[in-house]
Amino acid sequence: MEFDALMLSRIQFAFTIAFHIIFPAFTIGLASWLAALEFNWLRTGNPLYRTLFRFWVKVFAVSFGLGVVSGIVMSYQFGTNWSRFSEFTGNVLGPVIAYEVITAFFLEAAFLGIMLFGWERVGDRLHFFATCMVALGTLISAFWILSANSWMQTPDGFAIENGKAVPVDWFRVVFNPSFPLRYAHMVMGCYLTTAFAVAGMSAWMLLRHPHDAPAAKLAGSRRSLSMALWFATIFVPIQIVIGDLHGLGVLKYQPTKLAAVEGNWDRMANMPLRLFAIPDEVAETNHYEIGIPKIGSWVLTHAFDGVVPGLKEVPRDERPPVWPVFFSFRIMVGIGFAMLGIGLWSLYLRWKGTLFSNRLFLTAAMIMTPSGFGAVLFGWFTAEIGRQPWVVYGHLRTADAVSPIAAGAVTASLLTFVVVYAFVFGFGSYYLAKLLRRGPDPVEDIRGDDLDKKPKRPFSVPDEGLEGRSGHRAQPAE
Amino acid sequence: MFGFGMDHEGLAFWLPLIWSGLIAVAVAMYVIVDGFDLGVGILFKAARSENWRDRMMFSVAPIWDGNETWLILGGGGLFAVFHIAYAVLMPALYVPIILMLIALIFRGVAFEFRFKADRSKFLWDNAFFFGSLLATFFQGMVLGAFVQGFSTDGRQFTGGTFDFLTPFSVLTGLSLIFGYGLLGATWCVMKTTGELEIWARRMAVRFLVATVVAMAAVSVWVPFLGRQIETRWFSWPNIAFLAPIPLVTAYVAYRLLRDLEEGRHVRPFFLTVGLFLLGYLGLGVSLFPYIVPPSLTIWDTANTVNSQLFALVGFAIVLPMTFAYTAYAYYVFRGKVADEISGGGYGYH
Repeated sequence: MEFDALMLSRIQFAFTIAFHIIFPAFTIGLASWLAALEFNWLRTGNPLYRTLFRFWVKVFAVSFGLGVVSGIVMSYQFGTNWSRFSEFTGNVLGPVIAYEVITAFFLEAAFLGIMLFGWERVGDRLHFFATCMVALGTLISAFWILSANSWMQTPDGFAIENGKAVPVDWFRVVFNPSFPLRYAHMVMGCYLTTAFAVAGMSAWMLLRHPHDAPAAKLAGSRRSLSMALWFATIFVPIQIVIGDLHGLGVLKYQPTKLAAVEGNWDRMANMPLRLFAIPDEVAETNHYEIGIPKIGSWVLTHAFDGVVPGLKEVPRDERPPVWPVFFSFRIMVGIGFAMLGIGLWSLYLRWKGTLFSNRLFLTAAMIMTPSGFGAVLFGWFTAEIGRQPWVVYGHLRTADAVSPIAAGAVTASLLTFVVVYAFVFGFGSYYLAKLLRRGPDPVEDIRGDDLDKKPKRPFSVPDEGLEGRSGHRAQPAE
Repeated sequence: MFGFGMDHEGLAFWLPLIWSGLIAVAVAMYVIVDGFDLGVGILFKAARSENWRDRMMFSVAPIWDGNETWLILGGGGLFAVFHIAYAVLMPALYVPIILMLIALIFRGVAFEFRFKADRSKFLWDNAFFFGSLLATFFQGMVLGAFVQGFSTDGRQFTGGTFDFLTPFSVLTGLSLIFGYGLLGATWCVMKTTGELEIWARRMAVRFLVATVVAMAAVSVWVPFLGRQIETRWFSWPNIAFLAPIPLVTAYVAYRLLRDLEEGRHVRPFFLTVGLFLLGYLGLGVSLFPYIVPPSLTIWDTANTVNSQLFALVGFAIVLPMTFAYTAYAYYVFRGKVADEISGGGYGYH
């Protein structure tokens, strides 16, 4: 591996975007979760929902802040490190990215301020409206950025003039073939990420407290756990179906990527479902393969004797690196089925009435806290590494997309990003963990509506920071 | 003969003009709104008490995120409409842009982290101050590098990594620190009360003096950067049309000084905005129509007509809405910040 500007820019991009994607994956779901909590508070007047809102909105604020600052880096990297990519795609992707900024980012930012700081100033209904606008903003943002990403995967609606892509049909650019299912798959992935994070953190709070803790102390955690698990139970199966349909699209539009995902070297019918294998790119074969005969073809083509393309159909220099794609995909699917298992288990425990007391289940749910992040990241690895060596599938190689910049400059910036991200996101995780340790306030602490009417008075009790040194509200006893 | 082809040529002329106007507005918006919250960060370290710092930070906490979005719009807009300029400028400005982004990361997270920390609070006070200071300095250097021009061959940047670094760009970097400091100080005059407000007035006067000196220095230097700029300013009849710019600038600076002395609350901030717009106009006059000075014009680097039109439709519909709800967000948080912000418990914290 040669560490030239290309390789270093690839590492830098992969590093910064892998860090970035974690936060939107969480906040897209969390924004809707907040809207649902506030809706329930307005509908029922049950203060429990407002308590939960006030707790999760802090988690949201920290995560959103981290997402914003890491996201600004992304919008400039297209130019700084990938200027030839910008030249080739600018006519097509430039407007798409600009639409994301003007339709989503401003909406989020303007209403985020009101959502976080303005409850006493605007009243309940307008505040709920602001929360909804933040949630809508996250979904619009995902719409445009996934449209751009999908276009790079399955480019459509353009022509090539003077070696550059120029738009011909905007509808086909935006709604390119892989976009609708990719968007559905990604948004559902974000929602499930949040659901499992909320469920896992709530399970953790329940596990930390003895069974005889006051019910009010645990009510918020129970409600969160229950709501998140209902969501997961219903939507994990739907996500699996969406993922399967998305796979059909990959087979149709990106056969080489699909062959890498399946570790399939020769075009074949009756392909086995390979559960495990060590792909060998030099010998063009798999070692230690374990598979179920014919099922692979059935999953992909919905017919046992369906024909699946092989990697050998294209020259070596047009194949993606096989094993990262092969394994990332299997990890993502494995996590998906573990999620399915948690959902079914929770149904059984609900029926038995022991959802909140079965410690084995709560422990399993707690372990699953980061599962959604894992699934999103590995799914993203599959999609992006599987696209290689192309940055725009079939039209522009990654190697031809890099900026004319000095390797030294990229080395320095990459090292700086690693150090800065480790520092900043290390502290971010630390504060998030502190927030979660403290958990939602017991419901009795809420002092009714009159609090809202006081001007300029923050609605939360004075904050003493999270490091537990000062203030009257001590950490809950272990 | 006057059919579609002609029409198309007309659009190919007008669209880049319209778009350069829109992007100029986006950049001006950015400089003004993020300018004052970066300026608050620049003053932050000099504030005398925890209470002052809390109030200063709270005056911008609900809106800084929206302010910074204009920066993304500037970059995104360039990519959307003048992507060749984007592809040339970004690699040429690699170092200052990356450093600016890193500074913005630190100050951005400081808003959240500062209120979550006890023992580590000093870290985020420093992150906010140094982040704001350095982000401003590198933005100023980007501006200076832009004015002094880039070496290009056709549509590729051909210069070196550190071409941006010159005495002139250091001067513009420092100038922007003074300018944003002035914006931040007059913002604090408008948004705070009591001792803090009095202090902000004093800081505003100092930063005003520094800003005026810096603007004069830059103005004197700019014509020597290229014959093109010199000719534009000093040839007849241009000099007659352009002479009002420095004259009005001088008057606005004088009026601002008097306002600060007379104890006005709101007008100093808007006069500072006026000062910025005048400086910006001066630069625009010097550089137009070059988007990669001194070689590429807005027409050389524009996207296809189809592409510009598609983006323009969206902007025409959405931008007024954006202005409306951004204005509403400012309206919600109007007025002076309370003197006592209990324990840092702002809103949701």
